[in-house]
Amino acid sequence: MDLSYGAEYEEFRAEVAEFLAKHKDTAPKNPELRSVEAISWQKTLIEAGYFARTTPAEYGGHGGKPDILKSRIIAEEFARTRTHPGMGGQGISMLVPTLLESGTQAQKEQFIQPTLHGEMLWCQGYSEPGAGSDLAALRTAAVLDGDEWVVNGQKIWTSTAQLADWIFCLVRTEPDAPKHQGISFLLFSMDTPGIEIRPLVDMTGKANFNEVFFTDVRVPKNQIVGARGEGWKVANTILKHERGSLADPNAMQHRLNGLVELLETETVDGTRVIDIPSFRDRLMRITGRVMAAKCNDLRLLSNSINKTGGSPLAAMVTKLQGTELRHELEALAVDAMGEIGLAYGDNEHLRGGGSWQTQYMYFLGLIIGGGTSQIQKNIISERGLGMPREPKVVAATKQGAA
Amino acid sequence: MEFGLSEEQTLLQDSVKRFLAEQYPLDKVREFATNDDDGAIVRNGLAAMGITALMIDEDHGGVGLGLLDAALIAEALGHGTAPMPFVASVVMVPQALMLGGSSEQQDRWLPKLAAGEITAGAAISELTGARGDTGVTATNGRLSGRAMFVLDFEADIYLVADTNGALHIVDADAQGLSGKGFNTVDCTRKLGELSFDNVPAEALSCTAQQVATVLNSGRVILAADSLGAAQNMLDQSVAYALQREQFNRVIASFQAVKHMCAEMAAELEPCRAMIWYAGHTADAESNANNNSNNGEAQQYALHTKAHLSEVCQFVARTATEVHGGMGFTDLVGLHYWFKRIGANRQLLGSPERLRDDAARALGMVN
Ligand SMILES: Cc1cc2nc3c(=O)[nH]c(=O)nc-3n(C[C@H](O)[C@H](O)[C@H](O)COP(=O)(O)OP(=O)(O)OC[C@H]3O[C@@H](n4cnc5c(N)ncnc54)[C@H](O)[C@@H]3O)c2cc1C
Repeated sequence: MDLSYGAEYEEFRAEVAEFLAKHKDTAPKNPELRSVEAISWQKTLIEAGYFARTTPAEYGGHGGKPDILKSRIIAEEFARTRTHPGMGGQGISMLVPTLLESGTQAQKEQFIQPTLHGEMLWCQGYSEPGAGSDLAALRTAAVLDGDEWVVNGQKIWTSTAQLADWIFCLVRTEPDAPKHQGISFLLFSMDTPGIEIRPLVDMTGKANFNEVFFTDVRVPKNQIVGARGEGWKVANTILKHERGSLADPNAMQHRLNGLVELLETETVDGTRVIDIPSFRDRLMRITGRVMAAKCNDLRLLSNSINKTGGSPLAAMVTKLQGTELRHELEALAVDAMGEIGLAYGDNEHLRGGGSWQTQYMYFLGLIIGGGTSQIQKNIISERGLGMPREPKVVAATKQGAA
Repeated sequence: MEFGLSEEQTLLQDSVKRFLAEQYPLDKVREFATNDDDGAIVRNGLAAMGITALMIDEDHGGVGLGLLDAALIAEALGHGTAPMPFVASVVMVPQALMLGGSSEQQDRWLPKLAAGEITAGAAISELTGARGDTGVTATNGRLSGRAMFVLDFEADIYLVADTNGALHIVDADAQGLSGKGFNTVDCTRKLGELSFDNVPAEALSCTAQQVATVLNSGRVILAADSLGAAQNMLDQSVAYALQREQFNRVIASFQAVKHMCAEMAAELEPCRAMIWYAGHTADAESNANNNSNNGEAQQYALHTKAHLSEVCQFVARTATEVHGGMGFTDLVGLHYWFKRIGANRQLLGSPERLRDDAARALGMVN
């Protein structure tokens, strides 16, 4: 065990800190999507090498050498100073890595730069009404007609579709092939005729996701990523990134700090909640779990730096553990506030802007989204522990009631 | 020995369930949640069925049933996420008036409550833990201060607890009283807060033990409400799992999904008997006119509320998971039950608080 980052890296940390001090007052706090402010901050960050650090410069990235420790230091310093680390979203976190891995030269040139700059927003069109856990059962069809794909079908749970300029979408192009081999990965503009978006309200009361309907949507033939029928493989190379990002231990630590503050300030009959042994014990239990998650994350970091590739289990459990832990962390905050924990919407007694109750529900959504907890457990037991898969059922059987 | 419900009790509960299923489908729940409906159809319909008269004695126009019967109704209300003023209006306030009201006060309020002509709220949450600087003080028949988390808000009269634990009745129109809604995540019932500026009030002469009885009744009712809501979520989960297909089979055929449903059932089913017994022992104690109070009703009320809060929270989460993405949306409306269960958990004492109270009542804490 050697947990120091070394002198070279401490120097780098100082550089980052200097940049952050310099931009303390100019960095946007909560920039609106597509705003001049947001886009200019993206460009500043990329230029300094604190965003899209390893994306080649010819596609609008910084063009730095991959260095996981430097990336980690950047993340740590931005979090410590609560500086906006640049935009997230599925375009940046999922599509850009996909294109880097599987896109054509022309696609990389066309899409990566505007996406990184925050000028082109994306949504992820994977799930369908009949294809959730069983994603490969998707049926949205694309048929080649001359130089164009003609897309018909429906997506569901499409986050941010109402804001997106473009969609990256899984479609069935080879109806006669086995189900995993008949899928292709298409990119198209959300302005293409034939697209209808219907917002779906979720349990937090917001319409964060949507149903998206395609009727004879015509997509230029070359807007396919990877080869025909390779879409499943193309999508899967990055699905694991999504799962990791849903359970960020640094975000967890940030919420835990807020939780401690909350328990120290809320009172019942004049007693601070943190002085009530049962609540303090619950807090300490959550703290222990967050500490374990952070250590696990350090181990994964070390594995990827040293390319040991070991401990596949440590990586497999993060989505399951992380989302459930966050849900329970937020639940403790709600409980600690008692009836005030119920405050929602327009209510002057909200704590933390109502984020505790919202996140409590939202993380139940993330326990389900991106592969449910049950699917995670299937993966852990089958791929992690070597247990056999459930026998496949070939034809549909509706005999559950029997 | 017979541990179970009478035929009349089952019929009564079924009739309320049926009424709600017919008159208050999901789109009505939604309208109430967005303030597009005031819930009058439920209030009036259930009053016409005599629900408002449930616990009030026959001399005051009621039917004189007990807490067990009220808990059965509460279960039906939770099952249907009904916007019915009940825990305060039908149970706690009538009970407080019957226990500690003068005959003049009883004559004035009970018949109207029984007939459903007026509703009553309860501003007593500070008895189970005052948040921040809330609390109401009484001097010479006048109340001042602030009460948060008023149950069955938008009522005609309020039961108010002062910081000494004494109870008062206040007219909603009384001078110096102002109120406003307390918006919560649970949009199926109304909660509010009241400010008192030298407000005239009528004291009730309840003993500390009677105040505890009233609070405990409220707890059993909220627990029963959660039981109904959780049972509904479990039923919806099983039904959904039987028709939703993934990987060419109904998801109910996956052991993971079966076990989620079985665990919900295993946790929930004993809760039903627990509610019955909590109601029964409270009724037995009150029929014995407090002479044989051995604290059992108190223990059952505290543990029933604490235990059901935990079980129903587990059911609410697990049922949502069984529904996948569908559970997280408004499409099937599952979240209305989820949030109602969440609200019942926080009201009239958190599980931690109630378990601590139970230990103290047994003399385990110095
Ligand atoms: C907040 C949120 C955001 C989302 N954003 C997007 C997005 O932007 N783009 C997108 O394409 N999708 C998105 N999704 C969809 C998400 O990926 C799916 O909801 C998820 O994969 C589950 O699919 P489903 O909803 O169809 O549930 P189902 O697959 O129908 O699952 C229902 C239940 O059955 C269980 N089950 C199913 N199969 C098995 C099995 N083999 N073994 C054991 N149990 C099983 C599940 O665990 C679950 O409990 C989002 C979902 C959420 C909740």
